[in-house]
Amino acid sequence: MNATAVAQPMIRFQSVAKRYPNGREALSNLTLDVAAGEMVFLTGHSGAGKSTLLKLLALIERPTRGSLIVNGQNLATITRRKIPAYRRQLGMVFQDHKLLADRSIFDNVSLPLVVANTPPRDIGKRVRAALDQVGLLKYEQAKPIELSTGEQQRVGLARAVVTKPPLLIADEPTGNLDPDLSLEVMNIFKRFQEVGVTVLIASHNVQLIEQFNARRIHLEGGRLLEQSNDGASPLFDPTRLLDQAGVKQDSAS
Amino acid sequence: MNAWLARHLQTLVGSLGRLSQQPIATALTVLVMGIALALPACLDVLVRNAQAAGGSWDRALDVSVYLKQSVDADSAARLADKLRQRSDVKAVQLIKADEALQEFREHSGFGEALAALSNNPLPHTLVVTPAENGASPTALANLRDELSKLSEVEVVQLDTDWVQRYLAMLDTVRRLVTMVAVLLAVGVVVIVGNTIRLDIQNRRDEIEVTKLVGGSDAFVRRPFLYCGVWYGLGGGILAWLVVTVAVALLAGPVQRIAGLYGSTFNLSGLGFVGGIELLALGVVLGWLGSFAAATRHLRAIEPR
Repeated sequence: MNATAVAQPMIRFQSVAKRYPNGREALSNLTLDVAAGEMVFLTGHSGAGKSTLLKLLALIERPTRGSLIVNGQNLATITRRKIPAYRRQLGMVFQDHKLLADRSIFDNVSLPLVVANTPPRDIGKRVRAALDQVGLLKYEQAKPIELSTGEQQRVGLARAVVTKPPLLIADEPTGNLDPDLSLEVMNIFKRFQEVGVTVLIASHNVQLIEQFNARRIHLEGGRLLEQSNDGASPLFDPTRLLDQAGVKQDSAS
Repeated sequence: MNAWLARHLQTLVGSLGRLSQQPIATALTVLVMGIALALPACLDVLVRNAQAAGGSWDRALDVSVYLKQSVDADSAARLADKLRQRSDVKAVQLIKADEALQEFREHSGFGEALAALSNNPLPHTLVVTPAENGASPTALANLRDELSKLSEVEVVQLDTDWVQRYLAMLDTVRRLVTMVAVLLAVGVVVIVGNTIRLDIQNRRDEIEVTKLVGGSDAFVRRPFLYCGVWYGLGGGILAWLVVTVAVALLAGPVQRIAGLYGSTFNLSGLGFVGGIELLALGVVLGWLGSFAAATRHLRAIEPR
């Protein structure tokens, strides 16, 4: 918790490293901040560490070194039992939409609400609102198999936002989509960011990312290689990063 | 509170729905559990009936108390009254010396020889029937000892060797039944546990996604617990059916055998309370089995 900051960052990585049991070091000495309400693209080739970073945020994995603070909570203090409660603050979108094939679209989208013990009368309203935001209200009773890939992806997105979480993370959300659909999905993310949701998207689709005016964090070999900041944030201080990370920064980027 | 109840009811009904989607697999599990529960239930019914049958051998448990020659009829009658007050005595019959002699004359075949006797050598006799609670070997021995100590009493006769043997056997059988029941209960728990384990494996994806969106352990486990409850209930109902049919089939023959032995014994089944107990047992065992399996196997499934 930075006492001198105007507002706390939504996400703070401090010297985070992740080494898997087989010896592979997926992340090394990662230090970065993401402010609340910011949209950030995580770029890099496959194996650069993007998915690992997102898994650390979702507490699917734990860092081997360093500290990670999300929405004011130090993830190291979250015991196994408290993980579900933490995850309810996140909305997650994946490349393989991870929808339940034997349930209707409505049931799929309502899952986070059911898990959070939302009163039954509110569930209907909120599911429909979420489906409306992604333009799929008419498919409420359909099964996932009846929808196209793009539509399934959008359902996944609806599910991620139905509880109105403060933080939305997405791992290659447009991986299976054509350029038009990809742009559509990104625009939906942008719309959420505009109402105050912090959005972190991992994507290797550079052409798509360039169409958006958002900060880009580039990972390579598990290390933070460069950051381009297209929107000034009071928390993003290059000199502080130099001091803390001890990583030689390429002054050209 | 209402919301909590609504959630649990929804999961309960939902689990039943899931089970009915796979009718054959569910039926097989219920069948196995029903058989596993029916066996101890039948044995229990057997033991209970045997005990009841044993209880109708009242006469054989009678204690014959032979009084001293010096005791006259009035003293004998007073003693009989006194003994009737005892809590471990159900009834006392006074057989006066004359009646005893008469009976002896008629049944023993010594009729003529007895005529040669000038006076009655037989004493007054009391036939003491012990109460139900006094029918155990120790209680009977106790009664016999106490009666022996009375000043009016000459000899106390308790010819119950064979009944004691019967009761001892019954005790052994009862223990055997308990052991079998415990083993089968363990079996039932294991069967349910295994079925739930397979169920969990089949639903792996669903479990991962539910955990990913923040489903707590209890939330993820609940549907599987209720599946176990339904299996247990189904097994209990099937077991109850088996026992009822068995009793119905045997009632006729048993009644005939009893009649041939001069008894009015009737085979009785589980009864209402026994039936409810059986169902409750099924539910508890089903719940236990699924709780153990679900807790263990769900832990291993985490989002990747």
